Amino acid sequence: MSIALNHYLVLAAILFSISIAGIIINRKNLIVLLMSIELMLLAVNLNFIAFSHFLNDLAGQVFVFFILTVAAAEAAIGLAILVVLFRNKQTINVADINEMKG
Amino acid sequence: MAIDSIIFYFFAISTVLSAASVVTVRNPVHAALFLVLTFFTTACLWMLLEAEFLAITLILVYVGAVMVLFLFVVMMLDINIARLREGFIRFLPVGIALALIMFGLIYKVVSDNQFSLESMAAPVAKAADYSNTKELGKVLYTEYVFAFEIAAVILLVAIIAAISLTLRRRPGTRYQNPSEQMKVRKQDRLRIVKMEAEKQ
Repeated sequence: MSIALNHYLVLAAILFSISIAGIIINRKNLIVLLMSIELMLLAVNLNFIAFSHFLNDLAGQVFVFFILTVAAAEAAIGLAILVVLFRNKQTINVADINEMKG
Repeated sequence: MAIDSIIFYFFAISTVLSAASVVTVRNPVHAALFLVLTFFTTACLWMLLEAEFLAITLILVYVGAVMVLFLFVVMMLDINIARLREGFIRFLPVGIALALIMFGLIYKVVSDNQFSLESMAAPVAKAADYSNTKELGKVLYTEYVFAFEIAAVILLVAIIAAISLTLRRRPGTRYQNPSEQMKVRKQDRLRIVKMEAEKQ
């Protein structure tokens, strides 16, 4: 009995659900929010690679390559914004960042 | 039980446990370290799926660069953890309920027989001299070369944005001016004084 595509898809679904729960329960902490987004992207990448393996098609891996690139850029800019925010307001609490509320 | 099943379950369980720790631990530094563990075990799973190049890229780019950046930021900022944990217990039931609903919906789709081994058999293992990196490179530099260039531009934009956001000019900082240094002539620095030798 070998591992089927289902196993990988269910694992990715569990990872994705954990990161959704993480976004809800850590909604005050901007750093953990960014980490949850990284986890979500990881779950999507796992799906892409599992499909690429089982369909024998390299296009899935090329997509993962681009997702990794964009995710790295996103993390860099997100953390830069976080640092500037902390420098100006001395907080990373999402509840304190409410200057633009309508 | 075949060896690949054992490897899969070992890494899958450790991935899930460490991912759950990322979102529940108190200390953001521990969360970042658990995220490193999650990336590592996922890279091992990708290795199992014969995506060697991306597995190593995940370790190098994510563990080596992105997570180090996360740890830098977490350690640089002086955060009051207690205030950030407010509402953790209050939102915990909502979070778990939403996660369960989400998982139930996805599970309904992916546990379909269409993705099982009967309808989608595992592909035969690649030969020992098969190079995943080479094959990926062949596709990347021919069929997807335009997207590849765009990815390079995105990275450039990210570099410029991150630097220009965090760059701060403090007044009164002393720094060297290289062009002034290059333009200096002998006369600016050196003065030759002719004087009589002193006699006793």
